Amino acid sequence: MKELNEGFESYDLVMHEDEMFLCEELTEDEEKLLDELGIHGASRRKFLGQVGAAGFGMLAMQVLAQQDTLAAEGLVDLTKSEPVSIENAVNVNMRINGVRKSLKVDSRMTLLDALRERLGLTGSKKGCDHGQCGACTVHVDGERHLSCLTLAATCEDKDIKTIEGIGDEKNLHPMQAAFVKYDAFQCGYCTPGQICSAVALLDEAKKGEVSYETENISAKTRPVQLSDDEIRERMSGNLCRCGAYPNILKAIKEVHTGKAVAQTWNFSERLDDIAENYEQEDANDETV
Amino acid sequence: MRPFKYDRAKKSNDATKMVASNKNAKFLAGGTNIVDLMKENVERPDALVDVNNLELKQIKSMGSNISIGALAKNKDTANHPLIKQNFPLLTQAILSGASAQIRNMATNGGNLNQRTRCVYFYDTATPCNKREPGTGCGAAEGLNRMHAIFGYSDKCVATHPSDMCIALAALDAVVHVEDEKGNKRKILFGAYHRLPGDTPEKDNNLKHGELITSIEIPKNKFANNSYYLKVRDRASYAFALVSVATGLEIKNGIIRKSRIAMGGVAHKPWRAMIAEKELIGKKPSQKLFERAAKMEMERAKPLEHNKYKVTLGERAIVRALKMASA
Ligand SMILES: Cc1cc2nc3c(=O)[nH]c(=O)nc-3n(C[C@H](O)[C@H](O)[C@H](O)COP(=O)(O)OP(=O)(O)OC[C@H]3O[C@@H](n4cnc5c(N)ncnc54)[C@H](O)[C@@H]3O)c2cc1C
Ligand code: SF4
Ligand code: FES
Ligand code: FES
Repeated sequence: MKELNEGFESYDLVMHEDEMFLCEELTEDEEKLLDELGIHGASRRKFLGQVGAAGFGMLAMQVLAQQDTLAAEGLVDLTKSEPVSIENAVNVNMRINGVRKSLKVDSRMTLLDALRERLGLTGSKKGCDHGQCGACTVHVDGERHLSCLTLAATCEDKDIKTIEGIGDEKNLHPMQAAFVKYDAFQCGYCTPGQICSAVALLDEAKKGEVSYETENISAKTRPVQLSDDEIRERMSGNLCRCGAYPNILKAIKEVHTGKAVAQTWNFSERLDDIAENYEQEDANDETV
Repeated sequence: MRPFKYDRAKKSNDATKMVASNKNAKFLAGGTNIVDLMKENVERPDALVDVNNLELKQIKSMGSNISIGALAKNKDTANHPLIKQNFPLLTQAILSGASAQIRNMATNGGNLNQRTRCVYFYDTATPCNKREPGTGCGAAEGLNRMHAIFGYSDKCVATHPSDMCIALAALDAVVHVEDEKGNKRKILFGAYHRLPGDTPEKDNNLKHGELITSIEIPKNKFANNSYYLKVRDRASYAFALVSVATGLEIKNGIIRKSRIAMGGVAHKPWRAMIAEKELIGKKPSQKLFERAAKMEMERAKPLEHNKYKVTLGERAIVRALKMASA
């Protein structure tokens, strides 16, 4: 323990709950945050003991900074209540991830903004806001649509499913699990859109819908077995700036065929050595 | 985006009345073009009439012709058995455009009326006669790599961006429209879109308040010998630099009827009538296709940055004809 804290004397406080307040005064902002969190007196002491004063300082800074940015952008509380006056207000009732929602929106509001800023569903992302990237893809009545080009006002009686409704941490959709398995992302910004799009794609293929890559489009409708090029073409509406395309393709292919996709690259011997060394180091660390 | 009033129309007649009575009102269908342009402040309607609830979504046989509803989605049109079997050219053209998400939203009527992708048209800081009549044309002497090589004027050199419309031009489609008084008229596809002339702000011959109700396609014998070729900067999800829609009727090894329409080369879908005529009564061959393509493209008048479209267009016609006749 001593070794771990070397050079970080102030962090030592983490371990000595009782002495904490002697050494580290809380700033005004930090006091404010604790008040906001409703943590007073003895529970305040306990809470600080658990997170550690230094750790709490960082947390307070982050939370307060974030609140400032949100306030500066006028975003605070939008998810909690309706804006007071709305020009050209339209009432819309829609089902979002199975739950009925009634909203009063400005006629200009897109579905994407309604989801993110009024309903707090920030899974759907705003990439370009002009229909060119697919980051905002959601399902409307079971079909993939771009929420950035959809006016919320037009969603009366629509059934909308966002990434939040596709699956959750305890219950991943097979497509989500496959994206994790194949490392089908880097920054993750395009991922919710990619997954919503990919889930719809499988459904379209099952219904026998054709694409520009389909060889015989006049054939009678039946489930289409997708080649790699078919998947690429059908996913072309979802851009990924990190270029995770090869792994996205593998993830979709696995869910589509039900078969694991073989890894087409290998660590070189040299890299294998490095990996082994890392494992060795990890093992050493654990024994300290 | 400027504020606007939003209304949902229940009947065609309500929709046309609402738009006809306000010169700043517009129809809203899939929204994939108009919402984008409103965000850019290029389109500034003060009222949008949502026509998505109108009963104009059927795709059906009408005597020997097939009618597709103005509000049927591009996706559903492309996948309809009647279209796949009779006009695979249309299916191919629709599927070559935009992305799956956009085709799920876009309607057939909206596709006809989508506006040019000229970058100056989109950029409100630059002059553009189409957006602001009388301000000049930024593209004529500017970056015009994507622009027209046929039929332009000194007022505008933009191209029509649709793929679907190129196929409809080759298929001799007829556009059915209706006004606020219930008057109906039919417009031949070739007469629907306009060349820019002195009024580039007008893309087509629809009157304000007139609603497209359906598009009728006469039966033809092209189904086994048609092809839509799209050439673009990347393999998918990009507008055409040049595209060719072609349908041939071949009997006993002789071309009896031919249609060739080109995209990316003019302000409207461009019928390559010189090439079409050259093919009639002849046996399909590489030589014939090359000659016909050359005769057509010789008449092109490229701008500073799009000379490549002449060669590209010639080769694209040959390739499309080869694919169609194979
Ligand atoms: C990123 C992106 C890429 C694209 N790529 C391609 C491509 O490669 N190829 C291609 O062909 N297209 C492409 N598109 C364009 C797309 O096909 C059109 O936006 C779409 O077809 C428009 O249909 P909509 O129903 O959404 O029209 P809307 O946006 O709703 O309307 C467009 C216009 O038509 C009018 N209108 C709509 N319905 C009617 C009617 N029934 N009667 C009279 N007027 C009507 C509206 O008032 C408006 O002025 C792309 C679009 C985007 C955003
Ligand atoms: S080509 Fe037409 S649309 Fe483009 S800038 Fe000139 S006038 Fe405007
Ligand atoms: S944010 Fe909607 S397509 Fe990019
Ligand atoms: S993972 Fe970064 S944009 Fe796709």
